[in-house]
Amino acid sequence: MPKAQVLFEDIGVAVTVPAGTRLIEVSEKVGAGITYGCREGECGTCMMKIVKGMENLANPSLLETKVLQEQMAGRQNRLACQAQVLQGEVVVRPG
Amino acid sequence: MISAPVRLRRPGGDFDAVPVAEDVHWIGALDPTLRSFDIILKTANGTTYNSYCVRGSEGVAVIDTVKAEFADEFFSRLEQVARYDEITTIVLNHLEPDHTGALPELLRRAPQARLYISHRAPLMLKGLLKHDGESLDFTTVTQGDSVSLGDRSLRFLHTPFLHWPDTQCTYLVEDGILFSGDIFGCHFCDPRLFNDKVGDFRFSFEYYYQHIMRPFREHVLAALPLVEDLALNLICPAHGPIHRDAPRGYVKRYRQLAESQLANEASQRDKTLVIFYISAYGNTAVMAQAIKDGAETVDGVRVSVYDLQGGEVTPFVDLIEEADGLAIGSPTINGDAVKPVWDLLSCLTQVPLKGKLGAAFGSYGWSGEAVGMLEDRLRGLKLRVPCPGIKLKLIPTGEELADCHAFGRNLALQLTGQAAFRVVDIAELA
Repeated sequence: MPKAQVLFEDIGVAVTVPAGTRLIEVSEKVGAGITYGCREGECGTCMMKIVKGMENLANPSLLETKVLQEQMAGRQNRLACQAQVLQGEVVVRPG
Repeated sequence: MISAPVRLRRPGGDFDAVPVAEDVHWIGALDPTLRSFDIILKTANGTTYNSYCVRGSEGVAVIDTVKAEFADEFFSRLEQVARYDEITTIVLNHLEPDHTGALPELLRRAPQARLYISHRAPLMLKGLLKHDGESLDFTTVTQGDSVSLGDRSLRFLHTPFLHWPDTQCTYLVEDGILFSGDIFGCHFCDPRLFNDKVGDFRFSFEYYYQHIMRPFREHVLAALPLVEDLALNLICPAHGPIHRDAPRGYVKRYRQLAESQLANEASQRDKTLVIFYISAYGNTAVMAQAIKDGAETVDGVRVSVYDLQGGEVTPFVDLIEEADGLAIGSPTINGDAVKPVWDLLSCLTQVPLKGKLGAAFGSYGWSGEAVGMLEDRLRGLKLRVPCPGIKLKLIPTGEELADCHAFGRNLALQLTGQAAFRVVDIAELA
């Protein structure tokens, strides 16, 4: 299975994951500082900053796009409960 | 200054609007029997839900409403000073239910009025009204936007997180009146309404800051320059007395409260690590000392150790607020961390913690669940927990104390940005 790597900048840990993994599946296991609310892409609590590798994430769904807009998110922000890593390296930190 | 006597209820039972300036009235409600607000606040003599009506040459604005069960009082006062068909503008500085309880009925009675909320508020409005936010008619505003009432205008100040994401202040430009929302407010109920008439509310003012605004200290400090630049004749908050005597003094006090609580003697370049522990047989205490010794091997880190049994929670919270990192040690008793530790951790929502370093450690007899529980709590409080917690069974060996020493050093390296990145496979994670 293709692999990707997620680097959680706040705790200094890089995790190798199968392509298609959602950030939420990794960040809690590794103890990163991203916190979650609804876990369903509605509340915006888990908004994080993509420091590098935005192109290696799946495009946001309509729901995620709407919530990001409502949260006045910048172009580097994504929701950790929604974002899927597809390939390569992604560097993230809590939003 | 308007000097009309404050008369809050007429013999017939109607509620009086109270003039606060020329064609500006308080139309809120008194809740003198309330003793607990939002569960977290004590209210020794109740509170007020302050709402205001501003009349201009070409329109009437209502600023905030009241808690739902006080709607009759609010509408009675509003009707003293305006007809519903005159209302052109409704401003919500904050959408919590104690300020929006009468909104649905006000919208029904004044359907022509335009609703103005901050650009962070639409989601909350939708949640409050259980209404389709797409079709609900409102205008979002932000810093510098304004609404004309003819000869008067309302200008909006973007002041988010005081104390919700949606909060804003509204400034009546020509009169120098700030409708501040919750900031500069307090839970203090006195029908005399004005700060120069009511009883001594200093405690309530500061208590309100400590419990409501302190967690958002950085946002207070971001908002204060917007207010400090204004000409201020009156501050009309959403709770408690209206500040007409020396209103700027309350702004100054907020700056004092929001700036550093402790005189930090560490070099500005040093990072600070505070270690709190509690120990039944001295084992967790020994671990704390070894962690301290390890952390002190790294330059640029100032480490302090405190026994939780030797102090009160409040000053410890102050210490944590100022620190860059927090390590907390607890034995495991009956499968849990001990109560004094939870007591401290339950009070930390009063202070900003996001991004601080957190860590947990402890000695145990049987199973050692406390460390994992504390790590989960620290993450829940938005601390980062980069170093897996360290737990050991009963009395530490020399080797185990060396592990504690290394743990402390790693914490210090993390604090100073010197730690090496780790690479793990997801399959290795529990």
